[in-house]
This record gives sequence, structure tokens and C-alpha cells, in this order.
Amino acid sequence: MTAYILRTIGQGALVLLAVAFIAFSMFRFVGDPVANMMGQEATLADRAELSSRLGLDQPFPVQFLRFVRDAATGDFGISYRQGRPVATLIAERLPATVELAVLSALFASVAGVALGVYAAIRRRGIVAQGVMMLSLVGVSLPTFLIGIGLIYVFAVELRWLPSFGRGETVRLGWWSTGLLTASGLKSLVLPVLTLGFFQLTLIMRLTRAEMLEVMRSDFVRFARARGIPERTIELRHALRNTMIPVVTVAGLQLGSVVAFAIVTETVFQWPGLGALFVNAVQFADVPVMAAYLVFVGLVFVLVSLAVDLAYLAFDPRLRGTLAAR
Amino acid sequence: MATDVTPDLATAPRPAPVPAVKAPSLLARALDSDLWHSFKRSKLAVVAAIGTLVFLLAALLANLAPQDPFDPAQLELLNSRIPPLWSAEGQAPFLLGTDDQGRDILSAILHGLRVSIIVGGLGVLFSASLGITLGLVAGYVGGAVDAAIMRVADVQLTFPAILIALLVDGVAKSISGGQMSSGAILGVLVLSIGLSFWVQYARTVRSSVMVEKNKDYVAAARLIGLSSPKIMLRHVLPNAIGPVFAIATINFALAIITEATLSFLGSGMPDTQPSLGTLIRIGNRYLFSGEWWIAAFPGLTLALLVLAVNLLGDWLRDALNPRLS
Repeated sequence: MTAYILRTIGQGALVLLAVAFIAFSMFRFVGDPVANMMGQEATLADRAELSSRLGLDQPFPVQFLRFVRDAATGDFGISYRQGRPVATLIAERLPATVELAVLSALFASVAGVALGVYAAIRRRGIVAQGVMMLSLVGVSLPTFLIGIGLIYVFAVELRWLPSFGRGETVRLGWWSTGLLTASGLKSLVLPVLTLGFFQLTLIMRLTRAEMLEVMRSDFVRFARARGIPERTIELRHALRNTMIPVVTVAGLQLGSVVAFAIVTETVFQWPGLGALFVNAVQFADVPVMAAYLVFVGLVFVLVSLAVDLAYLAFDPRLRGTLAAR
Repeated sequence: MATDVTPDLATAPRPAPVPAVKAPSLLARALDSDLWHSFKRSKLAVVAAIGTLVFLLAALLANLAPQDPFDPAQLELLNSRIPPLWSAEGQAPFLLGTDDQGRDILSAILHGLRVSIIVGGLGVLFSASLGITLGLVAGYVGGAVDAAIMRVADVQLTFPAILIALLVDGVAKSISGGQMSSGAILGVLVLSIGLSFWVQYARTVRSSVMVEKNKDYVAAARLIGLSSPKIMLRHVLPNAIGPVFAIATINFALAIITEATLSFLGSGMPDTQPSLGTLIRIGNRYLFSGEWWIAAFPGLTLALLVLAVNLLGDWLRDALNPRLS
């Protein structure tokens, strides 16, 4: 058990190292940091001086180790374009992205499970079939198209909701939240719907498939034989057994929430990390790109670790088999 | 002497000639296959196939469009932002209206469709070749090579496709210094899509190769002294490639979405050589002034194209998977 957890953590650390290596390679092979920081008129001596001050004259492995050490303390250097520490930029933008991502994951899970259960129970009903058809259409709609459509209907035509930005935010320490003001909440609606939509269709289809599978299993048949009301079987017995795979897949999908957040944040001009990254790509701002890359790697490793541990907590049978591996 | 030990083949009695059974032609075999029968039975698949064909044909015949949207001589700024023909201010030749440059939307869509399909197709071709090669080598050679390739695949899966594509684009931008011809941008797009989607092919091919390589015919091929590359390409690959077609179809839809998303984010095709995604990005600027048609029609085209290809891929996946039927 402990060995299994340690091994999972070790694998996560390896993945992070690999990501850090890719991020660092971008520094090494893309552009010349010295040229980026100094003007055209700098003399060769000045360049050599800066180069040795930055440690660029040292061998590659030494530089890489320094990069990892600095990254571990959250130091990713200074943005080429904005001239401010990358860590500060990320800290400023983090709350916007976290609020958006968590709320859409919440929306997608609650609505997705509810619709999935409904579609499984009323499998032949018109509404359930319609929902399934819609979900197929939903999978084919690119995120940015959904965003634009929502903006056109609710912001341009109906004028109910704002189409860009976070609205008014309240500062709690270093965290800025949009959850405490009316305009902040209103601004969240469209981005959350846009970002949550793809997850919603995915979770819904998965819940429906698992639910149909479980409803065919023996213990459901015996529960029926015992005369337990159908509703209780569906919502107590079957749903509970559906949840484990759904939680796993939903958790692992968090990585793609980050990706879709890039698109959603751009469409809604949301001041989050994704928009920061898109800007960094446009201007080849390598330190920001590298930091974002490492950040995404970290999120993924932490999430898959949490999913693994949750799995162990949910299903006691796994503890024995995994420990034996 | 060799002739002493081997019987003279020329004088040995020949077996009576077997009445030749004419080998059925490829077309006849295709029309008699399980796949074709399954196709004919699925109405949705037929509709999706016809839809996909219509889009491919439209892209092929883009030159017949009423206007060449890339020829500045044909553009009249006076004709800019005309609404579709059926609305009150619609004007004769412009069925779906015009954009800000006076480009006929219908013509722009046809040419954009062509660009999207070319990028998507080449992207799939590239990612499939990369993935199949790596999967074949990993599965056939095994050992450290296999471990290395699959580790890279694991790390790669950590990152959503859009993120990888954006990174490749950012790196290409900073190497080229932001001066890329539209051909070079197309190449970068194909490269980024290829690098984002190869993992699935590699995993699938690897697992079937690992099953195939232990079969007798491979041992026989080795015994008669064929070289490893020859065995891999001519004997193992044809038996391992089936599932690849389903993956490729679904990935074609994904590649088109990815290209459109990149172009929408401003990291793809330029305004002068627009894909569907670029057209939607252009249209998005005019959404707020109520000129919905500039973004809506390219968006609709994109959604329908992806839906048709997705449905086709879904059917192919089920039809090629014997476990499900």
C-alpha cells in the first residue's frame, strides 16, 4: 500500500522532470536570452558579462539543475514581454482560472450525472433520446463556437449577461474572487456554460452507459426480487455503483479542462492563465510558456495522484491487489 | 552435384491443372464484405458518408465558387458587410452576404473548407505515419526501445492536444521571428497536429503487434531469413492496421477542430489564406454590431463537417470492433 503510493508519487515526479526538461529546452534552443534582454548596441564584453551572470556559460546539465531548483521554489524568471516576474503574473491570474475551472467541473458533474441517470432510466423516452442526440451534436461543436453562439444570443441579442471580463472582483488576501458580487457572478455564467459543456456531454454519456450496465447486473435483479421499489434500486443501489468509474474519468478529464480553458478564456477575454499563455505564444514569451507548461504538468500529476488515492478509498478490494503488484 | 540429389523438376509428373477459380475483383470483395453490409444497414452511417462526400466535393470544386476571395482585384470595399440574400438589404450575387473586405461569404467558405480539409488530412496522415511507425517498432522490438517510446507517449498524454499545438506554434514563431509564409504556417499546423495525436495510433498498433509477432507466420518469415524491417512492414503491419482506420476517421474530425481552434486563437492560418477557423475569428469581430452572418455560416459549415465525420467514425469503430456486435 505505502509502496504503491510512493511509486505513484515517484512516477509523478519523473513526469514533472520530463516536462521541466522540455520547458527548459525551449529556453536553450528558442531565441537568445541575452539578445532578448540587451539592446542592439550592447558590446561583446557586455554580452559575455551578462551571459556569465545568468550562468549561460555553464554546461547544459548544470543549467538544467539550476532551472529545476528555481522552478521548485516558484521562480521562473522574468517575462520577456511584460518585464515582470513570471511567478507574480501567474499568482495574479490563478484565481480567475481556478474559479472558472472548478465551477464548470461542478456544473458538468452535477448536470451530467443527473441527465445521464435520466437517460438511462427512460432509455426509450423521447426526451432521453433527444438528450442523447443533442450530446452527439455537442461533441462535434468546437468550444469556441459554443462560446461565440452563447455570446451572440445572451449578450448581443438579449443583453442579459456580460460577454467579457470577470466583472467586479473582491480581494481576499492575495486571492481575488468574482463570487461575491452580482456582476462577478453574472460574468461567470457564460464562460462556465461554455467550458462545462464538453465535460457535461462526456460525463452524461459515461453515466448512462455505466448505469445501463449496472442495471443488468445480478444484484439489481435480486434487489428487484426482494421487492425493493424501482426508484430506490435506481438511485441507491445502481447509482452508487456507477459513480466509481465516472469519478475516475471525470477526474482525469481535468487536464482537458485546462486546455478548453485556454479557448474559453480567449473567447470571453477572461483574465486567467489560459489567456496569458495564448498571449505568450503570440509573442514568443518563452519564460511564461515554460512556466505554464510546468504548471499544467503539476496540475495533471496532482490530479491523477488524487484520483488514484480516491480509488483506493472507494474500493477496498483494490488495496490488496495493488499492494501485491 | 546438386542434380544427383534433387529430382529433376522438369520431368516429374505434374498434378492435373486445377480448374481456375477466378479471384473475385477487389470491388466485388468489398461489396460482399461484412463492413459493407453493416454500412448499408446503418442509415446514420449512410447519411454521414454522403454528408462527408458533399463537403469533400465542395472543397475540391472551390475554384468554381462565384468569386476568388484571394484575388484583391475582385474585391470591392463598397460591397463589404452585406447581409445574406434573403434579408431586406441582401444583394444579388452574394447568397450568404459578404465580410468586412467585401468577400463573398459562400466563396470564402468553400476555399476555407479546402484549407481546413487539407490541414486536417495532412495532419492525420502525419500523425498516423508517426504513430504507426513508433508503435510497430515498440511492439516488434520490445525491451528498452519499447519502454522509452511508451514513456514518451505517457508524458505526451499529460498535455492536451491544443496545448501541444500552441507550444509548437510558439516555438516555430520565435525561431522564424514571426515572418512565415502561409505555406510555412500550414506546415507548422500539420506538424503540431501530428505531434498532438500520434499516441493513440502508437498504442493501438503496438498492442496488436505484440499479439501478432508471436504467431507462427512471423516465426516462418524469420526462418526463411527475411529482414526485420521487411517482416514488420509486409507481414505484421497488414494484420495490425485494422483499428487504425477508425482512429484516423475520428482523428480527422479532431484535427479539423484543432486547426479551427488554433486559427481562431490567432495561431493558425492568416487572414489572407483563411481556413474555416480564421473566417470565424474574422466574423467574431463583427458579432457585436449584429453582423452575425460573417461568423455564423463558416461556424455552421465547420460544425456540420465535424458532425458528419464523427458519425462516420463512430459507426466505423463499432463495425470494426467484433466485441460489440
